[in-house]
Amino acid sequence: MISIQQLRKNFGRLQALKGIDVEFRSGKSYAMIGPNGSGKTTLIKSILGMVIPTSGEILVDGENIRHHWSYREKIGYMPQIGQFPDNMRIGQLLDMIRNIRQHPPAVDEELVEAFQLNAMLDKRMHTLSGGTRQKVSAALAFLFSPPVLFLDEPTSGLDPLSVEILKEKIVHEKERGKLIVITSHILSDLDELTTDVVYMHEGTVKYNNSLETLKEVTGEQKLGKAIANLMRSVSAQHPRIHKSHEKLNTIVL
Amino acid sequence: MTRVIKYVFYDILRTRFILLYTLFLLLCTIAMFQLDSDTGKVILSLMNIVLMVVPLISIVFSTIHFYNSYEFIELMLAQPVDRKVIFLGEYFAVAFSLSLSILAGVGIPMMLYGADASGFTLLYAGVMLTLVFVSLAFLSSVLTRDKAKAIGVALLFWFYFSLIYDGLLLWITYTFMDYPLERLTLTLISFNPIDMARILMLLQLDISALMGFTGAFYKNFFGSSTGMIFSTAVLFAWIVMPVVIAARVFNRKDL
Repeated sequence: MISIQQLRKNFGRLQALKGIDVEFRSGKSYAMIGPNGSGKTTLIKSILGMVIPTSGEILVDGENIRHHWSYREKIGYMPQIGQFPDNMRIGQLLDMIRNIRQHPPAVDEELVEAFQLNAMLDKRMHTLSGGTRQKVSAALAFLFSPPVLFLDEPTSGLDPLSVEILKEKIVHEKERGKLIVITSHILSDLDELTTDVVYMHEGTVKYNNSLETLKEVTGEQKLGKAIANLMRSVSAQHPRIHKSHEKLNTIVL
Repeated sequence: MTRVIKYVFYDILRTRFILLYTLFLLLCTIAMFQLDSDTGKVILSLMNIVLMVVPLISIVFSTIHFYNSYEFIELMLAQPVDRKVIFLGEYFAVAFSLSLSILAGVGIPMMLYGADASGFTLLYAGVMLTLVFVSLAFLSSVLTRDKAKAIGVALLFWFYFSLIYDGLLLWITYTFMDYPLERLTLTLISFNPIDMARILMLLQLDISALMGFTGAFYKNFFGSSTGMIFSTAVLFAWIVMPVVIAARVFNRKDL
């Protein structure tokens, strides 16, 4: 479905992505995990065409996305921090997103209803709390029932009830055979939602395999512990990080 | 494209700044007509306002608007919409609303009080200058991510074209006044859209005699149809070139 080959991105002197090779296949859901600044969001933004890669190819359904835009019909994106025009009301925003498409497909308003956004259609975006913005963001990502979903830290800022609603929706969409990529630091959430793990570290993919295999290899039952194991082995290959861990230990001691 | 333009246009109307700007132009024009009964003099006074205020407001408003639309642009980029459509949609909506302000703010009182051909030249010059400075504003906006820096660059454009460039031009003509300079100054003036508009206006107002031999030369040149085509082409180049460069930069920009 989505194939990434030798993707590099430099921001000035900083190398955010250092030659990424990943395949995302339909019907699977991926947990993208990695420390802050490991390039997760940059990778997602590159696939969406918001960040222009320095080199490398991104193919969506076998088609190179460079200079193309219509492929974005297939992608629903929930950004880490939802940015919306301040003066717009929720209703206007939903209408606008619907109208901007030339061939609007059937809409899926399950989340709009579940989050009870219909009751606040008149509220302006700048008056909304962080959690409500996040709900609007989620509702927009799922609105056109796209075959691919990128969710960048979807549960951050949501109350427990809304987290459950969103998780249920993700599981539901996963069962319908969609490709879902989720980044999150709340590993217990990912345990229930994903089938595969992509572990990123300093702009490279360190691990890419099914969740089951990861658990088998590390001998852990929980994703959290398995990832902790993985991180330990990755930082063992990177002495610099290992050192900082040691330093941390001595400070704690 | 029309959908994007529509939404940006609504967004501009919501900020009410455009309405204030229109009202300001309206009041100025009416006041001028009230103060003087000679249409020629009124147009001359209005010309000074149009040449100073219109570029300033256009460039500052457009730059601020572009930065305030970052959220909208980001939202659109995740949708199946072409980057070029987003950028040009923003441009056309801003250019359209600012031009509309001039046409309404200056044009309506002119119709009421009655103005001759020079009035139309003034409107034409005002709209062309608006488009030029919106283009320059978009260029300075895509060049940097920092809003304050972009507004600084935008103001620098305005200072340069309305004050500094004239000073340089004056210095050149003064230093080389012993040589025939008509063609040289004509070329140099083409590099400044505000000067271009000013000369168009002055020739319309029949006070070019005050400019001596050079004035006569211009009168001869701009009075002909070639001159009209030339000045329109130059102003058009000033509108299109910055937008094309800005669109290319925007196409490769990380957001």
